Amino acid sequence: MKADNIIDITNVVCPVTFVKLKIELENMKTGKILEVILNEGEPIANIPRSLKDEGHKIIDVTNNDNGTYTLFVKKDGLV
Amino acid sequence: MSLTDKQLERYSRHIILKEIGGKGQQKILNGKVLIIGAGGLGAPAAMYLAAAGVGTIGIVDDDRVDLSNLQRQIIYQTEDVGKKKVFSAAETIKSMNSDVKVIPYAERVDSKNIMDIIHDQDYDFIIDGTDNFPVKFLINDACVFLNKPFSHAGIIRFQGQTMTYLPHQGPCYRCIFETPPPPDVVPTCKQAGVLGVMGGVIGSIQATEALKYILGVGHLLNGYLLIYDALTMTFRKVQINHNEHCTVCGDIPSITTLIDYEISGCSWKRG
Repeated sequence: MKADNIIDITNVVCPVTFVKLKIELENMKTGKILEVILNEGEPIANIPRSLKDEGHKIIDVTNNDNGTYTLFVKKDGLV
Repeated sequence: MSLTDKQLERYSRHIILKEIGGKGQQKILNGKVLIIGAGGLGAPAAMYLAAAGVGTIGIVDDDRVDLSNLQRQIIYQTEDVGKKKVFSAAETIKSMNSDVKVIPYAERVDSKNIMDIIHDQDYDFIIDGTDNFPVKFLINDACVFLNKPFSHAGIIRFQGQTMTYLPHQGPCYRCIFETPPPPDVVPTCKQAGVLGVMGGVIGSIQATEALKYILGVGHLLNGYLLIYDALTMTFRKVQINHNEHCTVCGDIPSITTLIDYEISGCSWKRG
């Protein structure tokens, strides 16, 4: 899958994970795709739900089998 | 201008909110709020606005910190007694959040200086944290003349009230209360007493209104008077309409210049 932007939030902890992601999405245009690399545990448990709450669509989730996941998110995809 | 990593962390609980986000926090950081009266209402309002990251906070007060202020004016510490309130408040805010620029005005507002003070930083929103009627009317009239939104409030004993004025969107303070009561008819906090926390409750509501105005979210208290009774723990929200006969914002206003009403001798001292 081809993303328009990519962000790695494996080096921060909640809630800064979602904060960084949200700022990145704010700076993108509606319909653009963001690739997100995040940690297993709390981030993968919470971030997809938070993204949906804000109207963004999760297009794809991949377990990278190294303690991280990759999400593809479509900005405002649920609006 | 973008937020630094430190700011993302400091304001994370704001940014997570759907109604705020990074853009909303930036609006707060660019926001300019003037607080007139650094007492029971102004102290907590200033602290919450500073913590929120309001970039410019003007504080007007010519008083010094008195020992009897500390029961409710939580921006001051015991060692601040005797200091000018505005400078002491500025020190507290500086240590709370260096994103905030405090503009201290160590003076008493009157008809001659209030316009200049509001114009000084072209404040977005004004908080009336004063303890006397003449200045409450002065702030109202100045804000009506300058088309500036402001939050009115008053506290006494176990009671508090607050309303928000938005230009051309509902009543002003004078639509409800036409003129100040005669001096000394209504007791001041000093004479009547006030539960310290009343300023915290009502001042925090004033800070909330300022933030909502800056963010452009929700509904403000324009067109309503919110009355809080702590003894019965009840809030009453009374709808108030714009008064077309209002002497300052009505159809044919008779008041077109600022008025310095007489301030009773004792009400001025540390309300």
